[in-house]
Amino acid sequence: MITDLLTMMWKEWKEMLLQHGGIRSGILPMLIIPLGLLGVMLPWQMGRAWIESPMSLAVWAWMPLMLMARLIADSFAGERERHTLETLLASRLPDRAILFGKVCAVVSYGWGLTMLGVLMGLLTVNLVHGRGELLLYSRKFTLGILVLSWLGAWLAAGAGVLVSLRAATVRQAQQVLMIAIMLLLFVPVYGVRLLPGEWRAQIARALGAGGAARPVLVIIAALTVVDISLVIAAMARFRRARLILN
Amino acid sequence: MSKIAVRTENLNRDFGPIRAVDDLSLEIPAGIVFGFLGPNGSGKTTTIRLLLGLLEPTRGRAEVLGFNTRTQADEIRERCGALLEHTGLYERLSGEDNLELYGRIWRISAADRKARTKELLEHLGLWERRGERVAGWSRGMRQKLAVARSLLHRPSLIFLDEPTAGLDPMAAASLRDDLLSLAGREGVTIFLTTHNLTEAEKLCAQVGVIRAGKLLAVGRPDQLRANAGGHQAVILGRGFGERALASLRERPEVAAATLQDGRLVIDLKIEVEIAPLIGLLVNSGAQVEEARKGNASLEEDFLSLMEMEK
Repeated sequence: MITDLLTMMWKEWKEMLLQHGGIRSGILPMLIIPLGLLGVMLPWQMGRAWIESPMSLAVWAWMPLMLMARLIADSFAGERERHTLETLLASRLPDRAILFGKVCAVVSYGWGLTMLGVLMGLLTVNLVHGRGELLLYSRKFTLGILVLSWLGAWLAAGAGVLVSLRAATVRQAQQVLMIAIMLLLFVPVYGVRLLPGEWRAQIARALGAGGAARPVLVIIAALTVVDISLVIAAMARFRRARLILN
Repeated sequence: MSKIAVRTENLNRDFGPIRAVDDLSLEIPAGIVFGFLGPNGSGKTTTIRLLLGLLEPTRGRAEVLGFNTRTQADEIRERCGALLEHTGLYERLSGEDNLELYGRIWRISAADRKARTKELLEHLGLWERRGERVAGWSRGMRQKLAVARSLLHRPSLIFLDEPTAGLDPMAAASLRDDLLSLAGREGVTIFLTTHNLTEAEKLCAQVGVIRAGKLLAVGRPDQLRANAGGHQAVILGRGFGERALASLRERPEVAAATLQDGRLVIDLKIEVEIAPLIGLLVNSGAQVEEARKGNASLEEDFLSLMEMEK
């Protein structure tokens, strides 16, 4: 199983790197904007606040979603569109190896790049605002970034695979995923504002009762449940006959 | 290995109200090239999908290499190669990387992968282009690469779904030659679907004819011709009037005598000397310039089978 999974990951990585003609013309331009923005520009502007503000946590949890949406949408819809899926399904690879090979390749890409962004941000803050002092995330903050971005990556992968398994085209899968990501970003922000003031105060009191860690733990718990549910749904959805007939 | 490569018993597959495969019972001996002939939409591709365990039959059963397609599909896919409706090649990858991927999928050791890739690509004349992206390759080259991929792990049986479809005559002939030589060398059973009858005649030891999911006939191409009454005589000349045709039709060995584009075509029930028939025509006032005797092509048999089933 592990060998098969690694084979799928090898293929996915190779295809990712070679899309749009090659590394220089393909994947690099895709990375410059998110890494430049979150690894250099924002840390430069925000300074010390970048490593202390809870907003930074939200950014790192959200970054894998943005990085992975396009790639995970392509995972099955792309294979179907390029007529490579049926041959892959006619091979000896087990269902789980195909599914998790694709998911792990994209998760490792999204989470790996997020970690690179975190390191770049730290480096930028230290170079520009350090003034001889070594500025680091606190231990809890570091743990929060690691766990939230990991769960964010699995959220993108689980939702993305489900959408990609059902979508007729890559474009359709990408559109659905981008809308979902935007909703995930804007609904909590604007949705809370629409609530009556008293409710908002109650929510704030409930979340703030255990300090800053409490809302983060609630989010982690919720994301874990959602991620596991999405992966189980994707496993249930992955049926060779259904994929071929689609 | 089982001496029967493929066995199906009353195999059915429905898609809603449409029956794509209808009571298919078939036995294909191991080590031969079997041609599955039929027009578009006749159920050829669905049959391959059923045999590879990619689809479940609605009714009936099938065994491939002794394994049940319903319960042992993984074992079947482990031992089979496939070139399906589309080549299934990754166009962003090079030819060599495509084979590398499937070599890994079939867990061929690194050294064997390398050697086997070289052997197949050299045989198919693709070795020099191995490092180039498949996206830039011609359709014929891609088909050949897909054939190489299907043979990479030395399967006992390969399924080829219209392998020469869309190729120009030169490329198709070249691929057919490669297939024959590879099949002979590797001793693999080939299940080939096609609607190219010349191809089936050239490649296949046995053919099955399918229409609307039903198997109409199965056997060696020459047997099919014989069953369809494939012996024919074609007479060129003038004066083939009704009297001449009527006297021909009275003969016991003549199945039919018709005028087609100015030629007289005589379908014979058995293979006989045609000199007496020509004598009969001359006596009836016809002028014979040329007479040819031979078998109807598989194409003619195929068309007559299609007509009979309409």
